Amino acid sequence: MRQVIRVASWIYALAVYGFIFLPVVVLVLFSLQSTSFPIPPFTGPSLRWYDAVLSEARLTSALVNSLLVAVLSSATAVTLGFLSAWGFARFVLPGSGVLRGLITLPLTVSYLIIGMGLLVLFNWAGVPKSLLAAGIGHVVINLPLCFAIIYSQMGDHQINIERAARDLGAPEWKVLLLITVPVMAPAIFAGFFLSMTFSWDEFVISFLLTRFDTTLPVEIWNLLRSGLNPKTNAVGSLVFAVSIVLVVLFELTLLRRRKP
Amino acid sequence: MNSAGNNGRAQPRAGRALPWALVTPALGWTLLFFVLPFIAMGLSSLTAHGGGGFTLANYSQFFTNPSYWQAMVNSLQVTAIVTVVSVLLAYPFAWILAEQVPERWQRLALMLAVLPFWTSYVVRSYSWLLVLAQNGVINRALIGSGLISEPPQLANTRLATVTGFVHFFVMLLTLTIFANLKQLSPSYRKAAADLGAGPVRTFLHIILPLTLPGIMVGAFLTFVLCIGDYITPQILGGNNELLMPQLVMMQIGRRGDFPLASALSIILMAVVTVAYLACARWLKIERA
Repeated sequence: MRQVIRVASWIYALAVYGFIFLPVVVLVLFSLQSTSFPIPPFTGPSLRWYDAVLSEARLTSALVNSLLVAVLSSATAVTLGFLSAWGFARFVLPGSGVLRGLITLPLTVSYLIIGMGLLVLFNWAGVPKSLLAAGIGHVVINLPLCFAIIYSQMGDHQINIERAARDLGAPEWKVLLLITVPVMAPAIFAGFFLSMTFSWDEFVISFLLTRFDTTLPVEIWNLLRSGLNPKTNAVGSLVFAVSIVLVVLFELTLLRRRKP
Repeated sequence: MNSAGNNGRAQPRAGRALPWALVTPALGWTLLFFVLPFIAMGLSSLTAHGGGGFTLANYSQFFTNPSYWQAMVNSLQVTAIVTVVSVLLAYPFAWILAEQVPERWQRLALMLAVLPFWTSYVVRSYSWLLVLAQNGVINRALIGSGLISEPPQLANTRLATVTGFVHFFVMLLTLTIFANLKQLSPSYRKAAADLGAGPVRTFLHIILPLTLPGIMVGAFLTFVLCIGDYITPQILGGNNELLMPQLVMMQIGRRGDFPLASALSIILMAVVTVAYLACARWLKIERA
């Protein structure tokens, strides 16, 4: 009986892994295709489509835009999230439960609706579509995440260190900058890198709120109009590589937090 | 969880202004760029396209125009299928990772299982197109093996949309259910075995009921993310049948009809809210 379950488990797990990896393997494999269609039979290997992607100005500038928006919006989100998490964790504020709920509320609303709302508001206020508008939307979706991560990591031992610093005469801003920020650095970095991965991959808000200068997912979307194309495979594989780097950084910062 | 909130107290030197100075930027951002846009969308949904006074026309249009209504029906059907299939696929998988894989390989096994999670979402849907296209990987393999002679239409169908969604949510649900299974104390299993229950009975009467709340949370997450998603149905489903997010985007893209798009978004959000309330109530009863 036990043996049967074991063998069945192996077969099942391999089947699910196969299902999960099938599209990714196909994507990367056919990005190395040497002919013009990403379909079987495989004719590679060749790096010509990576070359084509990296020499296309629209894609490279979209890539730079994406990184710029991801870094700046994540930095904003993590700063606002950290300050508010510290405020809520260290001081008694009237209605703090409701206010914390308000900050985390955007987590429960789909990106499409957040983007729609901003589009309508900016349209009324006469704010033109731009990377800045999309970046504002990215802060809206990532601020609750940063807040939740940092707030959940604010523990008692940090309070004691802060109290010690105050007893030794440190003003509040020094406590914040010299004690809390370094102590909370792993959570801050974790929030920052997680925001980066979400902003870097976000499509619908950027699609609604940008027009001429836009981000990589939107440019990839535009590429899709030309049908199946190994260039799209190459861009996709590059995006995958960047995401993996960000995720590894996220893992490493969180692991560093767990050790002490 | 966090106990800092109870221990923290206003420091004498801090005064009253400091705590507010800390939380106001985040609150202000949320009010200005989340709550206010939502109000703007609500007001917009009550106006007619091209100006004019307040009207409920956008909402009545949804209930009277069969094609709009159909989009909601399609959305609910696809979401229900995706949620059920994903849970059914992910649960045994998470169980195998938690129970059958040796402890020291578990982290690696789980990381591998969610690795494709981190490909670009747009690209992930596109990759399924490569697999499902007329002369894509599956059809070529089927023809090559002599099983079929004419390639069936796989892309641009509901099956393709569901496949793309299930791919995404199997990874998500595996994560949540795995975490849930690992939290179960092994003593439950031991106690059941001591009392003479076989593995099947232990699973059905102990493990499954204890992980049900986790499944519900995962299923709810699947529901919310699935019903609000535009990319997967647009890339994989084509325009053969519209889902709600596609309908919303169509009002903006082709017709510039913000009021109608706003009304449809709000209806979509109302459905999610109802699902949340249903779920929350169910979970509360479970715990009582």
